[in-house]
Amino acid sequence: MLEIKNLHASVDGKEILRGINMTVNPGEVHAIMGPNGAGKSTLSNVLAGRDGYEVTQGEVIYKGQNLLELEPEERAQRGVFLAFQYPVEIPGVSNIYLLKAALNAVRKYQGLEEVDAIDFLTLVRDRMKLVKMDEQFLHRNVNEGFSGGEKKRNEILQMAVLEPALAILDETDSGLDIDALKTVAEGVNALRAEDRSIVMITHYQRLLDHIVPDFVHVLSEGKIVKSGDKELAKELEKSGYSWIHDAPEGQTA
Amino acid sequence: MTDQSQQLESITQKEYKAGFVTDIEVDSLPPGLSEDVVRQISMIKNEPEWMLEWRLKAYRHWLTMDTPEWAHVHYPEIDYQEVSYYSAPKKKTDGPKSLDEVDPELLKTYEKLGVPLDERARLAGVAVDAVFDSVSVSNTFKDKLAEEGILFMPISEAIQEHPELVKKYIGSVVPHKDNFYAALNSAVFTDGSFVYIPKGVRCPMELSTYFRINAANTGQFERTLIIADDDAYVSYLEGCTAPMRDENQLHAAVVELVAMDRAEIKYSTVQNWYPGDENGKGGIYNFVTKRAACRGESSKVSWTQVETGSAITWKYPSVVLQGDNSIGEFYSVAVTNNMQQADTGTKMIHLGKNTSSTIISKGISAGRSQNAYRGLVRVGPNADNARNYTECDSLLMGDTCGAHTFPYIEVKNPTAKVEHEASTSKISEDQLFYCKQRGLDTEDAVSMIVNGFCKQVIRELPMEFAVEAQNLLGLSLEGSVG
Repeated sequence: MLEIKNLHASVDGKEILRGINMTVNPGEVHAIMGPNGAGKSTLSNVLAGRDGYEVTQGEVIYKGQNLLELEPEERAQRGVFLAFQYPVEIPGVSNIYLLKAALNAVRKYQGLEEVDAIDFLTLVRDRMKLVKMDEQFLHRNVNEGFSGGEKKRNEILQMAVLEPALAILDETDSGLDIDALKTVAEGVNALRAEDRSIVMITHYQRLLDHIVPDFVHVLSEGKIVKSGDKELAKELEKSGYSWIHDAPEGQTA
Repeated sequence: MTDQSQQLESITQKEYKAGFVTDIEVDSLPPGLSEDVVRQISMIKNEPEWMLEWRLKAYRHWLTMDTPEWAHVHYPEIDYQEVSYYSAPKKKTDGPKSLDEVDPELLKTYEKLGVPLDERARLAGVAVDAVFDSVSVSNTFKDKLAEEGILFMPISEAIQEHPELVKKYIGSVVPHKDNFYAALNSAVFTDGSFVYIPKGVRCPMELSTYFRINAANTGQFERTLIIADDDAYVSYLEGCTAPMRDENQLHAAVVELVAMDRAEIKYSTVQNWYPGDENGKGGIYNFVTKRAACRGESSKVSWTQVETGSAITWKYPSVVLQGDNSIGEFYSVAVTNNMQQADTGTKMIHLGKNTSSTIISKGISAGRSQNAYRGLVRVGPNADNARNYTECDSLLMGDTCGAHTFPYIEVKNPTAKVEHEASTSKISEDQLFYCKQRGLDTEDAVSMIVNGFCKQVIRELPMEFAVEAQNLLGLSLEGSVG
């Protein structure tokens, strides 16, 4: 599904990612953990194609294709989904309008016709149950006046509707109370599938109690310094991130 | 500049789709303006003496006036002697009696513009009065409207057939002395639409006019007069385009609306005159006086406009709230791109008691354009409990354009309540990236964000016009983002 090889990237000439290597197979859930400033958000932004990030070395292969040469919308249409850490407000644009435009953009790439209004509503209503959202959400403006929890649930709703092959969840747990966290986690768990890979980026271990990953990677100073299974996350929880710096280099998956 | 901005830049340079020239024979007066020209226009139109006198009075007054210079627009001085004041498609016989007799070239023009002139019009339920350069070419549904007692015809025809109505109302809202352009228009106006809705009649369909300036060096000076008598209702749509020409073309229209007791007039405009090229060459100078009088009690007038065209726009659709409990509304989207300049807004003049007005203005600037909102809210000493709410939002695309707001508020009654809100924002890279990450390309993303910004105004437009306006926004709004 996704292969990251020796990825180096910088922002404003400052190197943030310093050689990331990682392989994600279909159906796997990977967690990337690390302290602030480790490069977690940079990694998700580079994968999604945001402006302002310069890849200086390495490559990213997604479904056999060089991901880095695609425009952000081309990546999205091919099934790469980023659940934003800070979902953006779009005044005057209703949630359902954006959802429909997004779904149709993906369908167009797949050579499918625009979704029929009734089918669309049926689909959306079904997916809304996953994140326990009320129908009135659909008619509110995108993220405008949403609480932190509502914004994150809305991201997962979009994921549920768009059915991406690769979902990158950027700090999806940040700013959530425990109930909201559970709702979001249940939504994500319901979307785990054999042909779908999920990369979760998080600072805290608590998300991983609810969405149990197959693999855990520790990112520090732009490199993956340690990889393991879910037990690694627990270890981190106990001893914090400070011990990582003492760990020998090159212990990557 | 980022990649995204560059992409946006390239989208900015959209072609003007209505920029074709129709090749038809025209009758026109040579350029120049004099009393003789005014007399000639009146003669061509076979006008009664009183009309000619009115024109001459206006002309003589115009000679004493100076071009207004207070607007936030800049352009070389216009030589009014270089403009031709009359241009009409050459008449084959005595003027078309039906669509079959209209020059097919002309019909093709309207077809290209998407004007539903033929049977499609019936399906769409839109009655169209199409003004091509200076004359009204065809007017659909006249008979059906006549059954209701509704008059919808070119104003030149109304002068012949209903002189008493025209005489009573023309200049009663915008007097010929009102301003420089209104005086000029009063002297040389060649055609426009006339609508009269009798007492108690709700006009069963949207009435619509399409204006097109085709001939080079022609000014278009149309004059529209709409009267809604007691308890009447009408929704009127106006659309405008012009071919691409290197020279500037002059458009100085006057629109007068009169709403009597409990009458309501909804006036919607989608203006897409040629804006000039990206270096500011060519384009329409649009100097328009639009004003409504809420003359009767509990009457209501709404102006809704989407302005994407013209090199220069100078336009303030206004409402004089004379009747007690009358309501004035102004919903506007003004878009400027490249070198366009717009100075537009409204005036709400509260004279009657319990009058209320709402102003929602959305200005969008891109390229190197300048976009100004200028609004006046005046509450007279007798206008007890007058209310006004003004919201004025500007959206900037890129960092080489300008947005300006000039609100004027004059209140002479202590019971008045006037609210003003203003905001300026930019389309953010974050919003764009968010949409793109959901699979939308830059063009669709910009169009969606901008349409969201304009939603309050767009939703005031009648359905088919709203779609047209949204498409237009999609075409002309996309600009660079900084």
